[in-house]
Amino acid sequence: MDSALATLRLMAAEPSFALAQALTGLASASSLFLVAAGLSIVFGVTRVVNFAHGSFFMVGAYLAVTAIGWLGGGAAGFWGGVVVAVLGVGLLGVLVEVAILRRLYAAPELFQLLATFGVVLVIQDGALFLWGPEDLLGPRAPGLRGAVEIFGQRIPTYDLFLIAVGPVVLVLLWLAFRRTRWGVLVRAATADREMTAALGVDERRLFTGVFALGALLAGLGGALQVPRETANLHMDLNVIAEAFVVVVVGGMGSVVGAYLAALVIGVVHAFGILLFPKLTLVLVFLIMAVVLVIRPAGLLGERGAASRQGAPEAPLRPASARLRWTAAALFAALLALPAVAGGYVLVLAVDVAILALFAASLHLLLGPGGMISFGHAAYFGIGAYGAGLAWKWLAAPMVLGLAVAPLAAGIAGAAFGWLCARASGVYLAMLTLAYAQIAWSVAAQWLAVTGGDNGVLGLWPAPWAASPAAYYYLSLVLCGGGILALRLLVHAPFGQFLRAGRDAPRRAEALGVAVGAQQWLAFIVAGAFAGLAGGLFAYAKGSVFPTYLAIPRSVDGLVMVLLGGVQSLSGPVVGALAYVGLADELARGVALWRLVLGAAIIVLAVAFRRGLAGAVGDAAARP
Amino acid sequence: MRLTVDAIDAYYGGARALDGVSLAAGVGEVVALLGRNGAGKSTTLKSVMGLVATRAGTIALDGVAIGGLAANARARMGIGYVPEERRIFAGLTVAENLEVGRQPPRPGAPAWTEARILALFPALAPLRHRPGERLSGGEQQMLAIARTLMGNPGLLLLDEPSEGLAPLLVAAMADAVARLKAEGLTVLLSEQNLRFAARVADRGYVLARGRVVRDGTMAELLADRDAIGRHLSIGG
Ligand SMILES: Nc1ncnc2c1ncn2[C@@H]1O[C@H](COP(=O)(O)OP(=O)(O)OP(=O)(O)O)[C@@H](O)[C@H]1O
Ligand SMILES: [Mg+2]
Repeated sequence: MDSALATLRLMAAEPSFALAQALTGLASASSLFLVAAGLSIVFGVTRVVNFAHGSFFMVGAYLAVTAIGWLGGGAAGFWGGVVVAVLGVGLLGVLVEVAILRRLYAAPELFQLLATFGVVLVIQDGALFLWGPEDLLGPRAPGLRGAVEIFGQRIPTYDLFLIAVGPVVLVLLWLAFRRTRWGVLVRAATADREMTAALGVDERRLFTGVFALGALLAGLGGALQVPRETANLHMDLNVIAEAFVVVVVGGMGSVVGAYLAALVIGVVHAFGILLFPKLTLVLVFLIMAVVLVIRPAGLLGERGAASRQGAPEAPLRPASARLRWTAAALFAALLALPAVAGGYVLVLAVDVAILALFAASLHLLLGPGGMISFGHAAYFGIGAYGAGLAWKWLAAPMVLGLAVAPLAAGIAGAAFGWLCARASGVYLAMLTLAYAQIAWSVAAQWLAVTGGDNGVLGLWPAPWAASPAAYYYLSLVLCGGGILALRLLVHAPFGQFLRAGRDAPRRAEALGVAVGAQQWLAFIVAGAFAGLAGGLFAYAKGSVFPTYLAIPRSVDGLVMVLLGGVQSLSGPVVGALAYVGLADELARGVALWRLVLGAAIIVLAVAFRRGLAGAVGDAAARP
Repeated sequence: MRLTVDAIDAYYGGARALDGVSLAAGVGEVVALLGRNGAGKSTTLKSVMGLVATRAGTIALDGVAIGGLAANARARMGIGYVPEERRIFAGLTVAENLEVGRQPPRPGAPAWTEARILALFPALAPLRHRPGERLSGGEQQMLAIARTLMGNPGLLLLDEPSEGLAPLLVAAMADAVARLKAEGLTVLLSEQNLRFAARVADRGYVLARGRVVRDGTMAELLADRDAIGRHLSIGG
């Protein structure tokens, strides 16, 4: 705070300093705009939110460094390298669209998001393989290396160049969409794809072209960033998080909105770094949350552009006698496990139980709730931190810690759920992601309380639960009980109202179901159970780290639910089992495990949308 | 162009909408599909366009089977489709809507230019820069046909062209169809308005519950009081 005040005083005394900072922000805004514009255009036309868009940005930066290296120094080498990088990324975009996205246009949003996240993982390991783990320092732009003096402040010429790039690209895009036949066809296909095809337009090629354009813009953003920052393996997720914010704040599908939002975010970022260096990310996501609460479709977005009605699902049936017996037999077998298995198996079994509860709680939102939560790790992590901090600061015993965990996460679910209440579809996914990122950055940066990246260490179960077998039984009872409770809830009136609200919101409202309240309740319940899982996990590992609420953990949850199948209540359990098995095998046996995991996610999203439980159910139903 | 449809079946999910429909339309012929609501008229046209998948039977254009082709490929072979709901691109201007439909001319079909099309539908000429969402129903119907003509089709599928039009506009629409026929275009249209069909069509097929129950020249069909009473609403 003191430093923030000092900075403010400095800016008041020397306004040109603030101007310089604003210009730096505008220069960053250009790259951000290029990425966000591509993301927004692709979404506007294909209705796909492309998680891998940040990966295109990253590949653009790496390719530019390499290509400039090949072509040698000088202006021709530099700009030639940029062009090569941009074209290369465009080609990569074509590949991704033709091989993966094209097969997913009709699929539910969740599968599209997951498949593109799979692409993120594949490209991450691809980049690691091709360029290695070190950050790559790129050359400065020839002719733009100097600085210009404005009101006594030295502003890098390259920053001024970048500031100009934004509006130029904006105008070019406007011309392309308004003044060319291609643009007219794209706008027509955006409005009515089938009618456009019936008029003789090859809309598949058109979509590939749009996707390539989006990728190209991201690649350009990455390539132009080379003189300002090193190419590194974190660029993809860093930029995608901000690009999402820009697109959502500007309004999905609106390029002008994306430009305005990029300017706002860029400048806020630049000043945020000076004033609250630790909270920049929080600041950025807060802006998004505020805009979405006031204008759910963003600054320039059309209302309803991002919501879509999924195909109705088969009605849920209560467990058949066979399933009940199977579950009972499984439970008995699990009770007997410590008698036959050693410590390692028990530790693994505790993981499976905890993850199954985590996945089951997420399933409540995804399946019966029909709400995409992309930040479910927040509740898991808040539960874990609840237990960890209760121990660290209050010396709370384990039983109390395990009570604080669901309580804290349930309260977080209430808060986030209330803020998310008006959003749906991809906006909801982005909002939940944003809140999870806020929670993550608080955990990672509030050193005094959470210990930051060092985490909370030394958390141990109470003596009576300290042996592997005892902790296993504790986890089994709490997780099994939690999953059973969730299952009962889905069949209770609450679950029926929730499903009614998902399938036919208007009709449900007309019948007197308060859909919003049911969805809010679902967030609270799902949050609390995820928190319980997190608390158990904290005591199982003896420590709590910010990674517990990071994006990859949220994706773990989604993958488990999908592996098991969204449509089935036993899915999360099957999914957790398969996932732990898979992850364990992968982590031990394969060097490029992200690549394998990503490919598995893609295959799952493209080809096995009903999950393992669905596939097994089909096989069982066949005569 | 010559269209032959032979014993096609079509389904929506598990529900059968067409049951062995066969029909033909020769070069320069205007053929009407008649029948009550839900008889299968629109589904027949969509099957020919490739917007509804057929499970059995064949569809051929000038003797070439087109059953396996996607809608855009069929359009580029010379089929033009004007849907019942018009489906104008609301955010695009009239000129841009026409641009979407533009395809190169093809041998054996009349070649259209924007000027010739605007001469056929003079009401559209002053509206070139108006967005599609600000057109009246009648103007939208004209634009939908004009847009399709920009593709220089040899076969035109019109789904209920007279629906929702004021009597004066119905007459203008009948004139327009007659002009298209005079240009050598083959027209397959669906109609509930028997009087309009009688005025523009040479022959007709009567559909009921997804089957062809009667066919013949329009004069023969009109004379068959029994068929009209059973399968058609009383012509308006
Ligand atoms: N998209 C659809 N999904 C399911 N069933 C459909 C769909 N479209 C049409 N049907 C059904 O197929 C049958 C034939 O419909 P079709 O639209 O071809 O009738 P039509 O003769 O054009 O009727 P109308 O005069 O009302 O336009 C009807 O039973 C209808 O309910
Ligand atoms: Mg119809």
